[in-house]
Amino acid sequence: MIDKYEGVIGLEVHAQLLTDSKIFCSCSTKFGNEPNINVCPICLGHPGVLPVLNKKVVEFTVLMGLATDCTINERSIFARKNYFYPDLPKGYQISQYEEPACEFGVIEITLPDSTKKKIGITRIHMEEDAGKSIHDSGYSTSVDLNRCGVPLIEIVSEPDMRTSSEAYFYLSRIKQIVQYLDICDGNMEEGSLRCDANISVRLRGETRLGTKTEIKNMNSFRNVERAINYEIERQIDILENGGNIIQETLLWDADKNKAFSMRSKEEAHDYRYFPEPDLFPVFVDKEWKDEIAALLPELPFQRRNRFIDSFNLPEYDAEILTQYKDIADYYEKVISSTNDYKSASNWVMGAVLKVMNEEKIEIKNFPISANHLADLINIINNKTISGKIAKEIFPEMLKENKHPLDIVKLKNLVQITDTTAIGIVIDNVLSKFPNEVEEFLSGKEKVFGFFIGKIMQETKGKANPKIVNDLLREKISSTKRIME
Amino acid sequence: MLPYKCISEKKQKISSGEISLKDNVISFLNRIEDQKDLNAFNFLFPDDALAVAAIVEDKIKKGTAGKLAGMVIAVKDVLSIKDKPLTCSSKILKNFTSVYTATTVQKLIDEDAVIIGKTNCDEFAMGSSNENSAFGNALNPIDKSRVPGGSSGGSAAAVAARLCDVALGTDTGGSIRQPASFCGIYGIKPTYGRVSRYGLTAFASSFDSVGCFANSVEDMASVMQVMSGRDELDSTSSPKDVPPYPEELNNLNKKFTIGIAEEYFGKGLSPEIKLAVEKLLGFLNDNGFNTVKVTLPYSKYTIAAYYILTTAEASSNLARYDGAHYGFRSADSSSLIDMYRNSRSEAFGSEVKRRIMLGTYVLSAGYYDAYYRKAQKVRRLIKTDFDNAFQKVDIILTPTTPTTAFKIGENIQDPLQMYLNDIYTTSANLAGIPGMNVPVGIDSLGLPIGAQLLAGQFNESKLFQVAKFIESNF
Repeated sequence: MIDKYEGVIGLEVHAQLLTDSKIFCSCSTKFGNEPNINVCPICLGHPGVLPVLNKKVVEFTVLMGLATDCTINERSIFARKNYFYPDLPKGYQISQYEEPACEFGVIEITLPDSTKKKIGITRIHMEEDAGKSIHDSGYSTSVDLNRCGVPLIEIVSEPDMRTSSEAYFYLSRIKQIVQYLDICDGNMEEGSLRCDANISVRLRGETRLGTKTEIKNMNSFRNVERAINYEIERQIDILENGGNIIQETLLWDADKNKAFSMRSKEEAHDYRYFPEPDLFPVFVDKEWKDEIAALLPELPFQRRNRFIDSFNLPEYDAEILTQYKDIADYYEKVISSTNDYKSASNWVMGAVLKVMNEEKIEIKNFPISANHLADLINIINNKTISGKIAKEIFPEMLKENKHPLDIVKLKNLVQITDTTAIGIVIDNVLSKFPNEVEEFLSGKEKVFGFFIGKIMQETKGKANPKIVNDLLREKISSTKRIME
Repeated sequence: MLPYKCISEKKQKISSGEISLKDNVISFLNRIEDQKDLNAFNFLFPDDALAVAAIVEDKIKKGTAGKLAGMVIAVKDVLSIKDKPLTCSSKILKNFTSVYTATTVQKLIDEDAVIIGKTNCDEFAMGSSNENSAFGNALNPIDKSRVPGGSSGGSAAAVAARLCDVALGTDTGGSIRQPASFCGIYGIKPTYGRVSRYGLTAFASSFDSVGCFANSVEDMASVMQVMSGRDELDSTSSPKDVPPYPEELNNLNKKFTIGIAEEYFGKGLSPEIKLAVEKLLGFLNDNGFNTVKVTLPYSKYTIAAYYILTTAEASSNLARYDGAHYGFRSADSSSLIDMYRNSRSEAFGSEVKRRIMLGTYVLSAGYYDAYYRKAQKVRRLIKTDFDNAFQKVDIILTPTTPTTAFKIGENIQDPLQMYLNDIYTTSANLAGIPGMNVPVGIDSLGLPIGAQLLAGQFNESKLFQVAKFIESNF
């Protein structure tokens, strides 16, 4: 039944910009201060105050526009969005409406099966954040206006996504891009990245759009997926039962795993947008645009492609390593000290990410420095230690930031590659177990493993496995010759 | 009446010891007390004024005083002064105190002006008679049964009655020029963007200008020179250099061309006013000024465009007075919506409500294109009219108002008639150009008649120079 339908999803993503001061006044944007500390008459909306645009906000917005292949409009205008709410002291939000900063962009996402899909960006515009209403358990509501006037960009997508998974990867891509650009920290849980979804369903093959609903209040990537799935199923259910979808705004309740109606179309606000008379249009001429473009860092997809081309990594590795800029940076630091790009990738994607996830630490606080990890790879490759020993050393390196060789020496773990020394151990073992030698010689190949185990035990695992293997076979065979 | 004609003379007399600034302030305070029935002031700051007067007097004697040293100035109660009440003559801002000072007022203070108090006005500067005030109407000192005009009625009355040297006003559609005309004094609305709006409580942001009233052209020019200029806190303020208006007053170029637009002399204009303005025109012609006819064909749409655009902006600008954060909150509210509805219903006056309703309507979905967007287009056409006219002329001479001061209560029941009072003044705000009222005589009832001088954007100097010539010779 569900296969008859397809979902149609468009996302509106709000990203809080990492400027030091607010968009229209010089108050700090610092998160987590005491309530109502980062405020002044301007963001409090006192009589007579006027907004003055923070140029950094334009710069960050244009960066995002350039990173998503948007047209950067030479002229854009601010507009007032009028509505009453206690966390909005002026009674209107300064946003952009008819002429936004950026339009007609595209973001490419990679799906788990490695297929790629382009999601259209309708527009990116600048606006101010509202404050926060804190509804406590009693009757009263408190308002914290620290966030009031913190700059936001709103990134509006085309209805190009069909599944919650596509929405998830699109949102991840946005987070990745804003983090690479260093314009937003991308933290959904803290609200610095927020997402509303417009969802409709239609029969497969149908080209017209169905009636849409909007879901708000999804404060994690996981919730975005869950809410979209919920809503698609709900809409299909209604249609299958002969009903009609009502255009409305829904609020996601993560605890109940359900969405609840917030307001219907009839109750929707008439925001009475009109051009903000207190601010002149913003002009981003070619010169300014070029200046901003010169600030563009390497973008995630560019870095991914470079990792594939220059380091010969599989696309899978490149995608994971470049997901976060700081992890990609770490990887690049590792390979500045080792030529074994693939091993470095395996270590970072494997052991390093595992520890980061388990211990909830960020790469910038990772206890093993990139060059120590590189050297660990190097001493495996030059046969100083075996891969097996390396796996034992890694946790030691996590505990204290020591060079792997120091740990190897301290624990006397240097691999034994001296054939004479290994030969003596083999001779000893063979002489201790004549019966087993007999068994082997009579064709029981299994016993070979028994001898390897004993030899490794004697050498505390330090003997080079390949040498042990070759020499044991040689010696045991020569025993056979002697016995014959 | 006062022992000096203008600020330069006053300063000189203080310097020579002929006048004591402190005594001067005391005499103003006494005059204010004596003429309390004018209801010109909402608040007085006698202690501050006397304290500043003492300091400034000292500075004048030492020769370290600023440009406006000794000038006693009243400020319309829509401008912020730190730690002073700001009410906009509205119940909704009853007991509100400003936490910062408007740029214009700060500039006056920095040049050693003495701020004596805050003047009455129409609520949120909406009105043409000062009858829409929570403090009651101010009276016209020439005839106390009549309105002083509005919205800056208290400022005009205070200057005309010599209760201060100069008063600040604000002009969104004529709120300085019309009361100046009714009270027989000078009043200027500068080019939009010439003077910072930071600290001016917004009525219609793209129209509002801060200007002043004075009894002499020199005082007016001195104050405007100090107040003008770029303010980093107002994005719409202009970075253009400010000419030294007072020094330029006598650099008059008699080759100035004066334009007359017949659209400003049509039906509804009092014949006595028409005659007075024509007499002035004749005088200027006789004195070497060229006079020519100009046309401003879109004039007939000014009132319509003006009331659509200003009410739209006002409906948004006044949204912040909602009882949530400051100002009046209705005691009778059981929900958030109730709080908004009751606070605003109980505390806004009827004219303010009328304009909020009108503005909300013209911005509403489905009506925006028909009203707001169309009015914006008309505004551009009106501006083009003036641009074209100022290609040919330096100054356009018009009556300031169609009638002289009307009786209190005469127009209050008829908003449309009231709005028509602004018929000659709103165009300057739509076009963003400077305009000035110059007193040119009295009618048969002894009521003052005003002529309006308009100039192209940032051509305030021309207004001052021609006004000075009229002041000295007419």
